[in-house]
Amino acid sequence: MAKKYSSEHEWAEIDGDIASIGLSAYAVEQLGDITFVELPEVGSNINKDDSVAFVESVKAASDIYTPIGGEVVEVNLELEDRPELLNENAQETWIFKLKISNMDEFDTLMDEDQYKAFIESL
Amino acid sequence: MQNLKQTSLYEKHKELGAKNIGFCGWEMPLQYDGILKEHSACRNSAAIFDTSHMGEFFFEGNLLFSGVNEATTIDVIKLPVGKCKYGFILNQSGGVIDDLIIYKVSPERLMFVVNASRIDADFKAIQNCLESGVFTNSSEQTSKIDIQGPKSKEILQNILKFNLDELEFFSFCESTIMNTFALISRTGYTGELGYELYLDNEIAPKVWDKLISLGATPAGLGARDVLRLEMGYSLYGNELNEEITPLDAGVGFFINYDKHFVGKEALVKQKEQGPKYNTIAFTTNSKRAPREDMEVIQNSQVIGRVTSGTFSPSVGMGIGLARVENSLFDKDAPISLKTNRGEISITLTKLPFYRKDK
Repeated sequence: MAKKYSSEHEWAEIDGDIASIGLSAYAVEQLGDITFVELPEVGSNINKDDSVAFVESVKAASDIYTPIGGEVVEVNLELEDRPELLNENAQETWIFKLKISNMDEFDTLMDEDQYKAFIESL
Repeated sequence: MQNLKQTSLYEKHKELGAKNIGFCGWEMPLQYDGILKEHSACRNSAAIFDTSHMGEFFFEGNLLFSGVNEATTIDVIKLPVGKCKYGFILNQSGGVIDDLIIYKVSPERLMFVVNASRIDADFKAIQNCLESGVFTNSSEQTSKIDIQGPKSKEILQNILKFNLDELEFFSFCESTIMNTFALISRTGYTGELGYELYLDNEIAPKVWDKLISLGATPAGLGARDVLRLEMGYSLYGNELNEEITPLDAGVGFFINYDKHFVGKEALVKQKEQGPKYNTIAFTTNSKRAPREDMEVIQNSQVIGRVTSGTFSPSVGMGIGLARVENSLFDKDAPISLKTNRGEISITLTKLPFYRKDK
């Protein structure tokens, strides 16, 4: 399974035509303790770079922009009660899953090394 | 961070891996290991905070004839020696120049503790009232560490030469810590049992390390802000400013009208007419946090703005304070906040948001 990153600090991991979307460890580190996650609606069709979800920490708030477009097929409901899962393991905690409409969008994202270089340049 | 001042504990914060922010001209720790962890340490054990950025002034002279008793809402003549009191420095219109605590060190000596961002304005305002006496700004030479939480007493006792049982709420004692002069008061900004230590810059890093080795958890300004808001305490620049009177801010009960002070006439007049604003306390009934400057909506119109808001770990919900116009505010009608992700309905509540032993 390949994992790639957007410049808005989301990651996408693909398994067949399904992509899991999460927040990078860097983004979570910047936000601090996460206290609230608003999830997208299952069944909604979303376009690349749409603001589809929302996270809040004690001191900050941030939109989550989907790095790929498609149809939302599943959301991580556990995050409603335990938003701190994102702090505990951002790389493994997916926020929602979507059925990819255009695989080219995944290909244009950054791989691990490119993303590392990107955050070092910030 | 350029041109920011550093406290005597700056190197300590660096060693602890603090995430810093610029705050009122100072580079201060926002957090160390995380706001939630630091908040919990304060509510359940003991936390220490570097508050050295705050200002300290000393006055020495005749309290009755120097004019110093005009300068703030606090009656320093009635205040007993060894006690301290919270109050305000007001302008002629009753607007708040700052909130502060005055310590009565002796019948002729006072210490003023003020907000970092207001040191210059405060010093000038007090000086303007003085006809005699010696008034000095010792902020740069003074470090301050707050130790707060249920275990603060037993931890702090280890480094003190007097018995902390003798220190009542809003009392203080001049003593020594590690053979250096220190002033210790039973005060704080968290609602917990706690103490504020006024220290020499030289000794402060050693005291800091010692308190950590005795079990205190370092906590940053992030946790401090959540803790004070859970108690409903005002923060200068948020709930208080020069355009707002203590009556508007809902803290009029701190004012004693038995003596004269700058701004008294304006407050008396406002009391008769009723204040323009009301400060409301509310919860979001969800984990959504209200944020400063969000608009407060009632009956389809904007009636005010959020002055402070956060997620409260102790309450488990978003909590906030807002300043609303009295003429538009209806305490019984539905009320909400406007955000760029829709409206959040809120419920009015009484302060404090958090009560111990609930």
